[in-house]
Amino acid sequence: MPTATYADRTVEVNDEGFFVDPAQWTEEMAPEIAEAEGISQLSEDHWRVIKLMRAEYAEKGSGPSVRALGKTSGVSVKELYQLFPKGPAKLAAKIAGIPKPRGCI
Amino acid sequence: MTTRIVILGGGTGGTIAANRLRRLLRAKEAEIVVVDQDDRHVYQPGLLFVPFGLADPEELCRSRRAQLHDGIELLDCGIDHVELDASSVRLSDGRDLAYDILVVASGAVLVPEETDGLTGAGWGDVVHTFYSLEGAAALATALERFRGGRLVVNVVDMPIKCPVAPLEFCFLADWYFREREIRDRVELTYVTPLDGAFTKPVASRALAGLLDEKGVRLVTEFNTGTVDGAGGRLVSYDDREIPFDLAVVVPIHGGAPFVGASPGLGDELGFVPVDERTLQSKVRPNVFAIGDAAGVPTSKAGSVTHFEGEVLVENIRRRLAGEPLDASFDGHANCFIETGFGKALLIDFNYDTEPLPGHFPAGVGLPLLRESRFNHLGKLMFQWIYWHSLLPGRAIPGLGSAMPEHGKRHVEAP
Repeated sequence: MPTATYADRTVEVNDEGFFVDPAQWTEEMAPEIAEAEGISQLSEDHWRVIKLMRAEYAEKGSGPSVRALGKTSGVSVKELYQLFPKGPAKLAAKIAGIPKPRGCI
Repeated sequence: MTTRIVILGGGTGGTIAANRLRRLLRAKEAEIVVVDQDDRHVYQPGLLFVPFGLADPEELCRSRRAQLHDGIELLDCGIDHVELDASSVRLSDGRDLAYDILVVASGAVLVPEETDGLTGAGWGDVVHTFYSLEGAAALATALERFRGGRLVVNVVDMPIKCPVAPLEFCFLADWYFREREIRDRVELTYVTPLDGAFTKPVASRALAGLLDEKGVRLVTEFNTGTVDGAGGRLVSYDDREIPFDLAVVVPIHGGAPFVGASPGLGDELGFVPVDERTLQSKVRPNVFAIGDAAGVPTSKAGSVTHFEGEVLVENIRRRLAGEPLDASFDGHANCFIETGFGKALLIDFNYDTEPLPGHFPAGVGLPLLRESRFNHLGKLMFQWIYWHSLLPGRAIPGLGSAMPEHGKRHVEAP
């Protein structure tokens, strides 16, 4: 299993860099993960989304899709793409230390 | 007082559930009421063929009532909302319908309005969909008039009904334009929000290979923000653009509007969260969901609904008898993928096993994940099976609820 080091702690990640065990994540790690993904500063809106991702994961066992995020976070889908370019659901999940949201089939 | 089972929706799932329950429970044991807003049951797998003149829209429709066994009541009425605490359904004419068991079988609806511009300029002219009967018929006319240019097939967002249908559309479009001898004048592009042609790795690789073979360009991870019909372009949320002369768009799907209007019943997209094995609602033990309406992590497809039927009915019987629910759905899906030129592919998978090569249902049978004329014949035959065997809730020989493992060859994903 690959590992990564954030905030001086070694954590287990999968091949795509998603946390294997969300319990290993701490808030201090988020800015470092974000930076590695090209987000240099986490704003209040970023944090709102990150906290929602973790809460949804704890409740449902999977992070929400972008569309669901747009409906529940109070941040529009367009803004979500500005906050987390390329793929808000995937990127926010990675920074929030939860597994990649289960793709719909 | 007899038990009343109310089934919301008289499509594939509702009809299968009602017919199976009617056979299982005597009239004095349970009253079965199906509610639907119209009496038109559409054979949805046939929609794919309409744009290419291979199916007649009229022939895909039958009466809902005629598919329901004797002893099942059909209420021709809209649904306003469900009151979970009162175990009651408020109908759109103001009546209340109390239930002991509720089955939500109201499918998925198209919400093109959720995408910027999609229903604006060009909708029905240069922007079409084949996911509704009317849309598919209008697209048939548009394709007939199409003399060449850029044809773009776009899935806006998941989940959608029958996730392989847009790929099949590409394969059939390639065949269609070759038949018309104008293929060299048509540029075909498939634009998907997924990171590959399909979600499951082994099938994704095979399907991407087929797209390539047929000269269909594949654009992945494209999240459509705007459909600009007047300007002839798709614009993604990250500002990429795909120009088109004709766009075939699969709009965003949601649950039936009454689900959203029923506090606690659905998720944010209007699908009903249920236990993925028992199909029982996560919030109420006397509520179940089947088919596209159910929020379970497998494809929204008729085959899934069919396989769920057996499990759902057994669990309702157990609930009524006060026994623990132990019937278990494994996420089994089985799809014929039309690839043009009289051939088709077959895929078969469940929650845990992705679509693999081999044969179905056992070592000898239809080839899996490989083009074959037999699979095309299977797909054509399926329409008859649907009306005469699947909807009546009869067992189809060799096709149980659980996914067959025999005949599958386990291969490594790339």
